Amino acid sequence: MSGKPKLTYFNGRGRMESIRWLLAAAGVEFEEDFLETREQYLKLIQDGHLLFDQVPLVEIDGMKMVQTKAILSYIAGKHNLYGKGLKERAFIDTYVEGTTDLMQMILTLPFSPPEAKKKNLPLIIEKAKNRYFPAYEKALKQHGQGFLVGNQLSWADVHLLEAILMVEEKEPTVLSEFPLLQGFKTRISNMPTIKKFLQPGSQRKPQPDDKYVATVMKILKEG
Amino acid sequence: MPGKPKLHYANGRGKMESIRWLLAAAGVEFEEQFIETKEDLEKLRSDGLLLFQQVPMVEIDGMKMVQTRAILSYLAAKYNLYGKDLKERALIDMYVEGTTDLMGIIMYLPFQPPEAKEKNLALITDKATTRYFPVYEKVLKDHGQDYLVGNHFTWADVHLLEAILMAEECKSDILSKFPLLQAFKGRISNIPTIKKFLQPGSQRKPPPDEKYIAQVKQTFNV
Repeated sequence: MSGKPKLTYFNGRGRMESIRWLLAAAGVEFEEDFLETREQYLKLIQDGHLLFDQVPLVEIDGMKMVQTKAILSYIAGKHNLYGKGLKERAFIDTYVEGTTDLMQMILTLPFSPPEAKKKNLPLIIEKAKNRYFPAYEKALKQHGQGFLVGNQLSWADVHLLEAILMVEEKEPTVLSEFPLLQGFKTRISNMPTIKKFLQPGSQRKPQPDDKYVATVMKILKEG
Repeated sequence: MPGKPKLHYANGRGKMESIRWLLAAAGVEFEEQFIETKEDLEKLRSDGLLLFQQVPMVEIDGMKMVQTRAILSYLAAKYNLYGKDLKERALIDMYVEGTTDLMGIIMYLPFQPPEAKEKNLALITDKATTRYFPVYEKVLKDHGQDYLVGNHFTWADVHLLEAILMAEECKSDILSKFPLLQAFKGRISNIPTIKKFLQPGSQRKPPPDEKYIAQVKQTFNV
């Protein structure tokens, strides 16, 4: 058993992906245990490893942490990605909640019925272009630095990059009216730890396919 | 009046209620500006006061904060209700996420179609008594202390009390199998700031009624 954090989740993005991004950005190596059967999942519950019977689960520093937001906050705090002081933290929290809302819409898309999928994708792109990206473009403009908060990389920057790439996968031209976000994307992508995570062979997961969706639904017995 | 936080929201519980609870628990006086019409909301938006065009919004310490969770975290840290270190914070965050999930299901109940209400009420009772309350009962049992984290009063305790009372409004005997939570409820309710908030005349909001639901649907296009 190493001292590395251990992530338990399905073999795909879902809610664990933001955690993978943040650990990678912090340069922290981690191990992964993939849930492939319902039996595995039920065993985790039976053995009392899941506080609310849910994954993500991250074993870190002697804790079995659940609840994505709690896990991300802990990692950010531990690895100096949470700004300096209460106010920077407040800005980071606010920005991250926005990118969470945006990514959440895309995350749940594969699990909705086909008619809903067709209807919802344009709505998501519209929200990205009219609600979320304008807010971050303006934040970068007003702050006038390379990062969203303070003058160093924070959780907010990592999360925003993840959101940008996720929306671009659905609509490649989505950043066309946001020059500062384009610059931001390039700059943050080129930071060494992030650059490494973006290369093939890293623990970054691909977009969900039908097989992944079927596996998740089978394990959670949903739908 | 300068200095006091100012809350912008509808005149009802919704996502702002946890913020009211936390401010009250910390003994912080606050002002409220109620959004009652579409025009009220539009004005906030066109004045550029809402980062993501959404409320809750809380004006505090020179910031116009949005996003419920960000606001609550800021308040918890500012008023010393976030534990004493990173690990206590992690526990508080985990517990609060759980009560947030539970209160989230209850919050949407009044906005569901009437046919779905009975089914959803059963779902709430089931989740409360099989997923959430057993966890908090066990936490209290395992460490035998009065508070959820670190043997002192934190945001997690305030949030759990709010969730308990909200669940009891759905089903009055919902705590029947959880003796430690019953004692917890009694204890936390008697903390002076909380006792005051639980009395009539405080800024605590009542459960949503037909009038409130209609107004919210109209104003927010829900």
